[in-house]
Amino acid sequence: MLYREAGQFKASYKEDQQIFPIRQDRVGMAVILAIFFLAVPMFASEYWLQAILIPVLIFSLAAIGLNILTGYAGQLSLGSAAFMAVGAFGAYNFMLRIDGMPFIVALILGGLCSALVGVAFGLPSLRIKGFYLAVATLAAQFFIVWALVKFPWFSNHSSSGVISAQEVNILGFAFDTPVLKYLLTLAVVVVLALLAKNLVRSTTGRRWMAVRDMDVAAEVIGIRPMRAKLSAFAVSSFYCGVAGALYAYTYLGTVEPEGFNLDLSFKILFMIIIGGVGSILGSFLGAAFIVLLPIFLNVFMHSVFAGSLPAGLGSNLELIVFGGLIIFFLIVEPHGLARLWTLAKDKLRLWPFPH
Amino acid sequence: MMNDMAQDATAEGGRRIGEVILDLQHISLSFGGVNALTDISFDVREHEIRSIIGPNGAGKSSMLNVMNGVYHPQKGNILFRGEPRQKMDPHTAAAQGIARTFQNIALFKGMTVLDNIMTGRNLKMKCNLLEHALFWGKAQREEIEHRKKVEDVIDFLEIQSIRKTPVGRLPYGLQKRVELGRALAAEPTLLLLDEPMAGMNVEEKQDMCRFILDVNDQFGTTIVLIEHDMGVVMDISDRVVVLDYGKKIGDGPPDEVKNNADVIAAYLGTSH
Repeated sequence: MLYREAGQFKASYKEDQQIFPIRQDRVGMAVILAIFFLAVPMFASEYWLQAILIPVLIFSLAAIGLNILTGYAGQLSLGSAAFMAVGAFGAYNFMLRIDGMPFIVALILGGLCSALVGVAFGLPSLRIKGFYLAVATLAAQFFIVWALVKFPWFSNHSSSGVISAQEVNILGFAFDTPVLKYLLTLAVVVVLALLAKNLVRSTTGRRWMAVRDMDVAAEVIGIRPMRAKLSAFAVSSFYCGVAGALYAYTYLGTVEPEGFNLDLSFKILFMIIIGGVGSILGSFLGAAFIVLLPIFLNVFMHSVFAGSLPAGLGSNLELIVFGGLIIFFLIVEPHGLARLWTLAKDKLRLWPFPH
Repeated sequence: MMNDMAQDATAEGGRRIGEVILDLQHISLSFGGVNALTDISFDVREHEIRSIIGPNGAGKSSMLNVMNGVYHPQKGNILFRGEPRQKMDPHTAAAQGIARTFQNIALFKGMTVLDNIMTGRNLKMKCNLLEHALFWGKAQREEIEHRKKVEDVIDFLEIQSIRKTPVGRLPYGLQKRVELGRALAAEPTLLLLDEPMAGMNVEEKQDMCRFILDVNDQFGTTIVLIEHDMGVVMDISDRVVVLDYGKKIGDGPPDEVKNNADVIAAYLGTSH
């Protein structure tokens, strides 16, 4: 009853092309943004901000990056974590080596470094597809992590490549508390998510999807597959790079190349598979799911079996349940949480009179 | 109804057909040891409906692929508007105003009808990636401007009610229509249609014929058509070229081709 669009007429193409053409969606989005920008900083504890909200936001950003490449442009990649590493180490070096480098600029430059590296490792995609491409992107994953350890210049000659993020300072204002770091992360993620949404609904996005769905037909109507694929690699790596820089600066503070390993790449891949391949919203849902579920399971196990289980069994049980739930979700809705949300909205539109 | 319209089209035919737009000279194409096309020459005139017919495996689709640069013939010249072309890729063909549809539907399955047809206009959209990301001012104006053109195509093909439906969910006949729409959105001067009526029932075929004739008539688009339905081919074509085993065995107006002994032999066999 509440979710009715009756009476909302679109009189121009501009109105029809909005991101949220239905008024209730716009109001909902405004409320969500208000909660996350205003209510959460006021009430959330330090643990929630540092251990849950900031990582969810950062992983959402990385998942958007991978989703652009895999979900929209159809190119499988297992190198997301490596591109995050490039962003993190790139931003670190710009901050380190250029005096008075503004943080936001370093963030963008770090992302651009990652974009360049992404294009270089995206070149094989012009010849190979699918699983073979995924294996080729593994080269990026291993090579980049190896290079960051091998050449101490990247980590300013620290032992085993560990870097400590400098203090984040924007226009003389230090972002040193969890609340401020959270707000900074949130702002960056919201802006980049909006830009990503714009990209995928524009001609650029249609070109990506055309190459994904039918590359021969795309070529025949004048799309250059090379440009489409490489631009997807560039944008995707940019997003991963910025996510990596935030990972170092607002989440962990201290990172090492080994932290950006294949496990992390897989984690991001799971996020988009569970959240929804080819959906910006799905990137957020998937990131939240993958970050929150283990924490939730941990708390749940502790309260149910408090002390009655051997410690080792408990944590293994968590992993088993985690894996089981992932399989369950994939069987129930192979298109991910975002599709569940769309279906729910379609039902809600007609509820309670489904005719 | 189909007959009436066809007669109108042919009656006007002599008047509107113009210069040679695409001239194919001695085209030979082989894949390894298989000769797909052997020494084929014919031309396409502006504003005409040119059909290519022939039994299965005659090389009809290969011919279309040569025309829009997907295949590169080993021998022969192609002149488009009098200019010879040697190396050609599909992108250049599209930029020159050649659009096509495919025998097996080649739509972008995950996208809506509207997005599919919008993609057809991608060559005319000039904004870059950054402008798209901001989606403000120029990029938005461009999107709206092209949306208007796309809506004209949607109106023309009478598919208003399905514009926001993902094409994967549409029935076959409508998918074929959307594919035609995507080709039309590029405002082509030369439209290549690969079996646009395959697998359709009579009503759908009538609709498709109407659209093809209307496109030809209203926009003056030159059409090269591959089709197996002889009734349709003989009714709507201005000239027909017949291929068999990669060789040209007949060329001319429908009536002439119909009575050509080689063509009859290719289709019906000969008594020895």
